[in-house]
Amino acid sequence: MQVEKNFEPTVVAFCCNWCSYAGADLSGNNRIQYPANVKIIRIPCSCRLNPMFILRAFQRGADGVILCGCHPGDCHYTSGNYFARRRMTLLFSMLSFLGIEKERCRVEWVSAAEGAKFAATMNDFVATITRLGENKKLEDLRCKK
Amino acid sequence: MQRIGVFVCWCGSNIAATVDVKKVAETLGKEPCVVYYENYQYMCSEEGQNKIINAIHEHKLSGIVICSCSPRMHEATFRRTAQKAGLNPYMVEIANIREQCSWIHKDMATATEKAIILGRAAIAKVHLNTPLQAGESPVVKRALVIGGGIAGIQTALDIADAGFEVDIVEKKPTIGGKMSQIDKTFPTLDCSACILTPKMVDVAQNEKIHIYSYSEVAAVKGFVGNFDVTIKRKARYVKEELCTGCGACTEKCPQKKVPNDFNLGLDNKHAIYIPFAQAVPKVATIDPDYCMMLKTGKCGVCSKVCAAGAIDYKQQDELVQQQYGAIVVATGYNPIDLKNYDEFAYSQSPDVVTSLEFERLTNAAGPTGGVLLRPSDRQHPHTIVFVQCVGSRESGEGCGKTYCSKICCMYTAKHAMLTREKYPDTEVYVFYIDVRTPGKNFDEFYRRAVEEYGVHYIKGMVGKVSPENGKLMVQASDLLDNKQLKIEADLVVLAAAIEPDPSARPLATMLTTQMDTNDFFTEAHPKLRPVESATAGIFLSGCCQGPKDIPETVSQASACAAKVIGLLAKDKLLGNPCVAESNELMCNGCSSCEKVCPYGAISYVDKEFKMPNRTIAVRRVANVNPAVCQGCGACTVACPSGAMDLKGFSNSQIMAEVDAICK
Repeated sequence: MQVEKNFEPTVVAFCCNWCSYAGADLSGNNRIQYPANVKIIRIPCSCRLNPMFILRAFQRGADGVILCGCHPGDCHYTSGNYFARRRMTLLFSMLSFLGIEKERCRVEWVSAAEGAKFAATMNDFVATITRLGENKKLEDLRCKK
Repeated sequence: MQRIGVFVCWCGSNIAATVDVKKVAETLGKEPCVVYYENYQYMCSEEGQNKIINAIHEHKLSGIVICSCSPRMHEATFRRTAQKAGLNPYMVEIANIREQCSWIHKDMATATEKAIILGRAAIAKVHLNTPLQAGESPVVKRALVIGGGIAGIQTALDIADAGFEVDIVEKKPTIGGKMSQIDKTFPTLDCSACILTPKMVDVAQNEKIHIYSYSEVAAVKGFVGNFDVTIKRKARYVKEELCTGCGACTEKCPQKKVPNDFNLGLDNKHAIYIPFAQAVPKVATIDPDYCMMLKTGKCGVCSKVCAAGAIDYKQQDELVQQQYGAIVVATGYNPIDLKNYDEFAYSQSPDVVTSLEFERLTNAAGPTGGVLLRPSDRQHPHTIVFVQCVGSRESGEGCGKTYCSKICCMYTAKHAMLTREKYPDTEVYVFYIDVRTPGKNFDEFYRRAVEEYGVHYIKGMVGKVSPENGKLMVQASDLLDNKQLKIEADLVVLAAAIEPDPSARPLATMLTTQMDTNDFFTEAHPKLRPVESATAGIFLSGCCQGPKDIPETVSQASACAAKVIGLLAKDKLLGNPCVAESNELMCNGCSSCEKVCPYGAISYVDKEFKMPNRTIAVRRVANVNPAVCQGCGACTVACPSGAMDLKGFSNSQIMAEVDAICK
């Protein structure tokens, strides 16, 4: 695959309010660096993430989408991340059906205490997406003016 | 059309040093519907808040975006500000440009660009915000304290003092916790039992406090102000209300070979026992693993000698349902299991003991009656080696803990000092990495141990302890003199790291609170909200939140009680208005949402709809109870017809954020 020079991927991270968003904050508190390509959207729980949002992000030109939630068993709402896990599994098979590389979408469990893990995850994810290059599948050209 | 105001905070230099705040404000000012923008040094200060209030009034703003620190930090502050200005508090959105931008990026250009995008996403979201009203829910005026150690006792007493009912759930047969096992307390050297047991009696006599001893929390449902808790009262085979605590049964029980866990297995107890003389409640308990009557059906001695007729071999575990407004976690700590530290020969020799076992060996109510004797031959030890930091402050790969257990330096100084005072013929060595003595009169205490009591403090770690001919050969290095030492010791005392009680992890899952990687409960904010958990209505007291000594535990326990009282004093609580809402016109009553709701907040009602030709059709539609819904959003995704949406995090709002970021 041809990688453009200075390709800066657009990465959307959905983080649950209780664990991963707090983990991202902790990463900031500890000044642990990760690429500015990552833009976080706060959702109350990973189960709030409608797979539609991920498809919408790809449609609007995102190169990678990551969902972060509490570790299984630690959900603030008891069972939300179990729902998220099942829905994402279904979405993954759909994405591969659509021909989108499976590395472009990821689920990670990051607790409120894992600031370092959050940064490491984002570093790794952005590196993966940069290697994969721009996402052309699903992109709605009408949105790109 | 919204009229949006954008306020960019410098946070001193925290944001302004890496983000060009002026540029961010000006760029966001060009976004559609943004009628006002401003940047200021500290938006959260009174001056900053006044700027927001004035702008809302002057420019008739209908929504505001604050580019500042994390919403976890100041969202509530800015919502209050908006409310003061007459704006609905839920018309405020925060763009997190500190924790998630300025603090993690160094290059000004990229950080500024990112801040603009984050601001744009917040503006896109606020466009679609609607004013929300919080619902009200009543508060049950009763608190639950889980754990009956000094932390739980102090919290319960303080809450009861304010006039509220408190229940203590303690898994052991008596309250008192670790403090009841300790001999003396640092730095005053007053006797632990003498200051603890009066408090235990206060708990027992307080009309507002009810103790569920030998009980565990089995299930927790509900939310702040309205927790529904199931307490499992384990069968103790003794009727608590009849037992007088006379102790006749504990003397006559023929099964005498039961390891006494109160004395950490240093001696034996009977199969029916009262843990210690000052136990509260003073009620006997039968250990079902050892009782002959329960195991084989032959014996029944205790039942014969019990004048009160309190013995009940057929007793079953009992479940009690109770409602609470607030829950306090005070589950405490345990010393770590030393099986991974066999270089110190803990499993090979009975004369290698933990510090807590040493407390029992010096305690007047302990197995030796307070005379310091070696467990192996009950002889007086002449050389004692204390090893500090066993399992504490280890690197990530080790089998121990990375944190400092905090109390070991002080209790080891106490043990060394007391030993030298009682037995001046004993040589006492203490091996340490660092001696940490922050605290009132702590360093003076440690220096007294060295200077007045002649305790040998040696900087260095012990490499190996090997039992040889009834003695313990201790090989260690002296880092300051740079030499190897060999000491022939009679007793080795290991200052084992402390870790949270194993019951804490399942409890955290039940309470849906967070823990850190070491299983200590995480506080809502490490500095500003140290006694609350991030889950509303759950409070933290004592060592379950992190290692603490007794004075710190007691002050945290009282702080915790103050927070609980503050909650229970309210008649009604404002709920979270960001709850699910069903669009009745779109709902087809399929029950998908009801199945995924963890709170049972969704029910179905038959509703009449006007149809063409003036007919009326009755359809079954979902109905969300806003007082029960916690706003997780599971139902919104499960709904196949898209009828269910979450207020404050609606589908269109999140999509708008996605669009703004991907633009």
